[in-house]
Amino acid sequence: MTTSAAELLAVMASRQLRDDTTVFAGVGVPLLAAALAQQRHAPRLTMVIEGGIIGPRIKPGRLPISTNEMRAGHRAQMLPGITDTFLFAQRGFLDYGFMGGAQIDQHGNVNTSVLGSDYWKPKVRLPGTGGANDIASLCREVIIVTAHEKRRFVPKVDFVTSPAWLEGGDARRRAGLFFGGVSRVVTTLGVFGFDPESRRMRIEALHPGVTRAQVQEHTGFPLLDGPHVSETAPPEADELEMLRALDPERRFLG
Amino acid sequence: MGDPDLRPAEWDFVAARRRLESKPKSAGDKLTSVEDAVARVADGDRIAVGGCLFSRTPMALVREILRQRRTGLTLIRNLMCTEGEFMMAAGAVERVMTAWMSIGLPWGVSKIMRHYVESGAVALEEWSHLALGLRFRAAAMGVPFLPTLTMVGSDLVGVGGMKTVADPYTGESLGAVPALFPDVAVVHVHRADRFGNGQIDGYPHMDADITRAAATVLVTTEEIISDDETRRHPDRTVIPGFVVDALVHVPFGSYPHECYGLYEADYGHFADYTAAIDAQGPPAVADYLKRYVYGPTTYDDYLELFGGERLAAQQKLARELTG
Repeated sequence: MTTSAAELLAVMASRQLRDDTTVFAGVGVPLLAAALAQQRHAPRLTMVIEGGIIGPRIKPGRLPISTNEMRAGHRAQMLPGITDTFLFAQRGFLDYGFMGGAQIDQHGNVNTSVLGSDYWKPKVRLPGTGGANDIASLCREVIIVTAHEKRRFVPKVDFVTSPAWLEGGDARRRAGLFFGGVSRVVTTLGVFGFDPESRRMRIEALHPGVTRAQVQEHTGFPLLDGPHVSETAPPEADELEMLRALDPERRFLG
Repeated sequence: MGDPDLRPAEWDFVAARRRLESKPKSAGDKLTSVEDAVARVADGDRIAVGGCLFSRTPMALVREILRQRRTGLTLIRNLMCTEGEFMMAAGAVERVMTAWMSIGLPWGVSKIMRHYVESGAVALEEWSHLALGLRFRAAAMGVPFLPTLTMVGSDLVGVGGMKTVADPYTGESLGAVPALFPDVAVVHVHRADRFGNGQIDGYPHMDADITRAAATVLVTTEEIISDDETRRHPDRTVIPGFVVDALVHVPFGSYPHECYGLYEADYGHFADYTAAIDAQGPPAVADYLKRYVYGPTTYDDYLELFGGERLAAQQKLARELTG
């Protein structure tokens, strides 16, 4: 069986998570990636889900569709209210924020609100932030997990739903965001970071078989090169096995 | 983007406090019918809806608000689901305040939301999930705003008009989310005694805060318990009776949305509903409302449309997850 795009994303994203940490995970691929990390290399990782869930054990075959239904809280350790769950992040207890995004720009800002230039007269109304803005504002570091498509990777997002580095440089701190920021963007083509000065997106690693020209071709702005652009190791058999066991219906794995 | 449409009544803590002081806060019997409970809702009210997305939605109250044909409402819910679509399609709402609206990933972006918001028929005022929670929390605390580190620097600031406040101790600038005092809160709980002392299992969501923030509180409950039962486990009470204006006994009161530990959301029903919308667009919701809202006179008649077998199956699925 060949590796699907979602499987590649989940495996690569899971490798970003260290043990003895906490992760605020969105449903879908981010949650699968966190569950995989917990099973494989980070047993002391705690997952937090915005519906008000701390420390769930995802039930294979009963993956949650939303962040606040019974499936999401299966065998959880605590169910605080939603506001209090986010306040753990504001206090600084959440190491990682793990999220997707409809539109992302060269400074890592994400738009999940509206397409078009006028918020009140949108060309396309998207579902909205949910907790993504809060995760992007409050976690120690944010990892964005997304398919790599030119229409998603734009020079400037139409609307900043979830702020990363804003206009780059020290714009984030000047805007009043004291902590955090996007550290990594994990895509179907590679792993990306940000130049520490300009805060422009740069290539950290490419997935096996992906060329620099290819990744640039699928990106709507010029990518910088990181200091040591490497090649990611392909998904291991046990990673794929564990992942597929979590989603036997392939609801999110495609 | 234009200037936000600021509405000071949302955070007028003095007026909200006076309103609360002027109403009875009775420890008496609150049990009534859903029709009588919803008679307390006026056209143009700001209504906060308990639960979250398709979890513990007060569906019986939502249904009755539609049946009584209220209009000009502002619907407020942290994550909005089918109940928001019903209100839009029925012409009941002119504004919704939320952090996110659709049903869930498998069904894509809500076509109903897109239709009503993109055409300008309904204004969708977006706040971050925590910011909306803190707006309710500030109101529940009786204060006009709360300082926060969230939502600052994003374009959401310009949508709802969040201001900043200088910390009097460090001098740092912080976000200041305004309180949000709804006219009415509608919530569904697992059990309550007839005085309205309510208990919730599983996810608390934002229900405790919205019942303290609102001027009028309407509650439906899966089960009515005795006064003795409340007093045996007072630690389980999350809504005290004196905040409740009306209580209605409605088993399966969230269906087809879930109620933690009791029944799982009916995903098959969502799939049929969204398939009809995919095929016919917004008129599919009008048809749905005819069949599920305006048609059946009683809630039991409504539940009959799903059938006992289906309800029992959803109960079994819930036990598998939480048992």
